[in-house]
Amino acid sequence: MLGYTITQWLFGILSFLAIMFALMVVFTRNPINSVLYLVLTFFCIAGHYLLLNAQFLAVVHIVVYAGAIMVLFLFVIMLMNLNQDTEPQKTVISKVVAAIAGGLLLFVMVGALRGSEQLQIKQYGHSDIGLVKNLGNVLFHDFLFPFEIASVLLLAAMVGAIMIGKKEIK
Amino acid sequence: MLNGISINMYIMLSAVLFIIGAVGVMARRNSIILFMCIELMLNAVNLLLVAFSTLHVDAKGQVFVFFVMAVAAAEVAVGLAILSMIYRNMKTIDIDELSKLKH
Repeated sequence: MLGYTITQWLFGILSFLAIMFALMVVFTRNPINSVLYLVLTFFCIAGHYLLLNAQFLAVVHIVVYAGAIMVLFLFVIMLMNLNQDTEPQKTVISKVVAAIAGGLLLFVMVGALRGSEQLQIKQYGHSDIGLVKNLGNVLFHDFLFPFEIASVLLLAAMVGAIMIGKKEIK
Repeated sequence: MLNGISINMYIMLSAVLFIIGAVGVMARRNSIILFMCIELMLNAVNLLLVAFSTLHVDAKGQVFVFFVMAVAAAEVAVGLAILSMIYRNMKTIDIDELSKLKH
């Protein structure tokens, strides 16, 4: 098909969808719709992970982001009863300024990253480093201590969230 | 090349996603949307980490993505708890109204 492989077609479609959904997250007025578009963006990014042979991360990404974090967002938005009518809007001029600042930032980033095609690459080709077996090997040999620290961090976050969210601290 | 896709394409995609998140932080006033835009920026960085991990055939990049996800989950839990506390006390989560520290 026009000289492109299936993988390249998939990359193009997934990239287009991810960028479109990300734009919708920013430009939708209703916060609930924003959350749902962000979930769709995360599914597109999980598709990119699959294309990159990172199967374990793709699954973890869907479970953690779409399954846990976005549900938390939805719960909070529903608890606060936010909708289109209560949505605060910035003035037009500050939106224009934000768009211009973002465009300039993109300009600088593209300019700075343009020379990266000369990067030295160790090895080409397919690999199975994204599978659970290899990833677990690295995680529990080289990164065992950070892994344990991450568990302490999650415990602290859980206790902190409960303490902050309590009705009244006596 | 990763399966026939140049690493430059991934760099540009990540840059565009990151910029969209940054513009969202600048252009919106609802602090929950701001949090979501920060998640978008984190995901752009994660995508680039995975792309380079596959390019260099090194699993360490993917382990870093794993840690970024853990920290993001902790950050969202605490942040949303703080936001719901602010909403309970001030009845608003408009970022322009929350300017008590300024005065």
